Amino acid sequence: MTQTTALNIIPLFVVIPLTGSFLISILGRRFKALPDLLGFFATLGSLLAAIAAVWAINSYGTLVYSVGAWKAPIGIAMVLDGLSVFMLVVVNLIASAVCVFSINYMEHYTSKWKFYTLFLLMVAGMNGVVITGDIFNLFVFLEIASVASYALVAFGTEKHELEAAFKYAVMGTVASLFILLGIVFLYSFTSTLNMADMASVLAGGKSANIILMVSVLFLMGFGFKSALVPFHAWLPDAHPSAPAPISAMLSGVLIKSLGIYALIRIFYNIFGITAEISSILMFLGALSMVIGVFLAIGQWDLKRLLAYHSISQIGYVILGLGLGTPLGILGGLFHLFNHSVFKSLLFLNSGAIEYETGTRQLKEMGGLIHKMPVTGTTNLIASMAIAGIPPFNGFFSKLIIIIAVVQAQRYGYAFWAVLASVLTLASFLKVMKYAFFGELKKKWEKIQGVPAFMKISMISLAIICVIGGVLIIPTAREMFLDRAVDVISNGSNYASVVLKAIM
Amino acid sequence: MSLYLLCLSLFLIGLYCVLRKRNIIKIIVGIIICEYAVNLFFVLVAYKIGGRSPIHSPEQAIENMVDALPQAVVLTSIVIGLATTALLIGIAMRIYQKYGTFDITKIRELNG
Amino acid sequence: MSREHDKGMSVIVKTITRLTVGLIFLYGIHILSHGHVSPGGGFAGGIIVALSFVHLMLAYGKDVALEKLPRGVTSLFEGMGAIIFLSIALIGFTSGYFFINFLAKGEPFRLFSAGIIPLCNIAIGLKVGAGLFAIFVALVLLKFDTESKENKK
Repeated sequence: MTQTTALNIIPLFVVIPLTGSFLISILGRRFKALPDLLGFFATLGSLLAAIAAVWAINSYGTLVYSVGAWKAPIGIAMVLDGLSVFMLVVVNLIASAVCVFSINYMEHYTSKWKFYTLFLLMVAGMNGVVITGDIFNLFVFLEIASVASYALVAFGTEKHELEAAFKYAVMGTVASLFILLGIVFLYSFTSTLNMADMASVLAGGKSANIILMVSVLFLMGFGFKSALVPFHAWLPDAHPSAPAPISAMLSGVLIKSLGIYALIRIFYNIFGITAEISSILMFLGALSMVIGVFLAIGQWDLKRLLAYHSISQIGYVILGLGLGTPLGILGGLFHLFNHSVFKSLLFLNSGAIEYETGTRQLKEMGGLIHKMPVTGTTNLIASMAIAGIPPFNGFFSKLIIIIAVVQAQRYGYAFWAVLASVLTLASFLKVMKYAFFGELKKKWEKIQGVPAFMKISMISLAIICVIGGVLIIPTAREMFLDRAVDVISNGSNYASVVLKAIM
Repeated sequence: MSLYLLCLSLFLIGLYCVLRKRNIIKIIVGIIICEYAVNLFFVLVAYKIGGRSPIHSPEQAIENMVDALPQAVVLTSIVIGLATTALLIGIAMRIYQKYGTFDITKIRELNG
Repeated sequence: MSREHDKGMSVIVKTITRLTVGLIFLYGIHILSHGHVSPGGGFAGGIIVALSFVHLMLAYGKDVALEKLPRGVTSLFEGMGAIIFLSIALIGFTSGYFFINFLAKGEPFRLFSAGIIPLCNIAIGLKVGAGLFAIFVALVLLKFDTESKENKK
């Protein structure tokens, strides 16, 4: 593969899901099997392209694609660097697993093709946010993904779904407006929309006041999107109300690619991190971590409990990334990867339970492991991973974050991180005890096992949970995680690297 | 400067409407006001005194135009606003169908 | 809601509509096709085209408008618009870049100039026109559904 071929991979991340989505919207109504097939092949194609992209940045370094052959400060650039590739792999891995799961799960909803159209539109939006090098383009893709997710939360069109979707849509739109306002201020100061160009302008002049103003706007906007604690109110309603595959996508990757990725890209690569922003991020991270887990532990609705845990785990990621040391960033990114795997697995498991029993209340379940052995096992694995039990992937990432925090002599944050981890373990012991172990209740005796495609998807995610730890073995780490860590920890180099890569 | 302040007050009116009103339709109107305030601000940022509209025509030379890029960008943001508004209205109508009211204090089955 | 209302408005409105709706439609097509030489373009033109159908629907009731442009056809047009736009962008790959303007640029200020931009405008016009009409129809039909249910109660 030459460099030109490697460059031509870059637009595919947007093109493949968009083509799939529009083809499904035309043809899906007539051919019943087509949405499943196209959805599966589109997400699989994006996943393969993401794996090819890992190889491409290892051979050629940062790649910049000029859309329509217009060079970067004028035209729209697509930038493929370590962080983008990392996020692309995460997004498309989860998307393809979720797509396999939906083949069986979405049977009991009407009009599957509408689901797949919106789903692929959301994937295209997320891929676009991650791949683009232009800040307004980032906003457009962010809105594509957000609008698709509002519609998907309301997909069931029952009372709860609609109420949650309305709340989510109103809050999300206001957050997007804050982001747009920040972009307007940045444009009025720098007269450019290209992120690399913007970074070099901001680094040169007297820009402290404008950066302060825009930082606050972006912290509010992207904080909403990533559900950090003062802005988290929409998440525990919206995530449980969506169909289970969409809950997995929302909790697994949407809040990360729209929220955390954009936050990190802007604060580290465009503004350049300062001590104040770093301490604000760490404080918000620790706050989310603790408050999320305290709110989660009292929940009896399974999906609601998982949604509160998303807030808590996002706190870990932000704590690690906000710390700013290479080890902390490594831990944060690795935890981001692990969290998307095990949290989507947990949501898929809850979907499998709902598919069989029709309930989400923990008190009504019991002994389900006798009837659903596969779901029970995968749920056990994912629970252990999220609680940080040694052989599973969650343990390594939490350990790295806590070591990094201790090395930076922030003992208070380390204490809260350990405490949150213990409480997480406690609340997942509760889930396992009430849902899977114990006596099988009478009314569940007739349920059969889960359909095949759902099993395949859950088992493959569970395998990644078990072997996820290999990513920190030196050779694998250099290829994948270290590339992303480099981009963040040498954040101020972003402008020069990208501007040099434009040929 | 006073134009920018008017823009800001328009944005704040919209925000007040979103935060304070109890009727779903009024909340949607508030969002639309907010959105237009931001769009207006973006166009105003690009304005320069005495500039003409950025349209290339055979009779006139290309000089003293206002910045054309925000106008193109604002058009995109208006389209996004159209999509969001349509979706919100759709959801609002469905809510009315299910709950029989537009009052958000009566639509409280979830407590996030 | 009574039956008469379904069938539309008064004779005056219907007559005026019959005279103007074609002009509005043609004006939309004009804006759409001259997007690259004068203000306008796919989005504005598409909106005007959609408004001509909305006009028809307001004056004559939903049955007449949906006879002219059934919902299946609307969603087909919408999908086609997107697919055409995407394939124009993809054909650019044959000249080396995604979205490259691969046609001859022609002379400025003529109708056949600016390479792929008029084609893109047509695709956007299809998408926006069909999309906006579909949104309108969806909201209106949802309302009819609600009201018929309430009447049954």
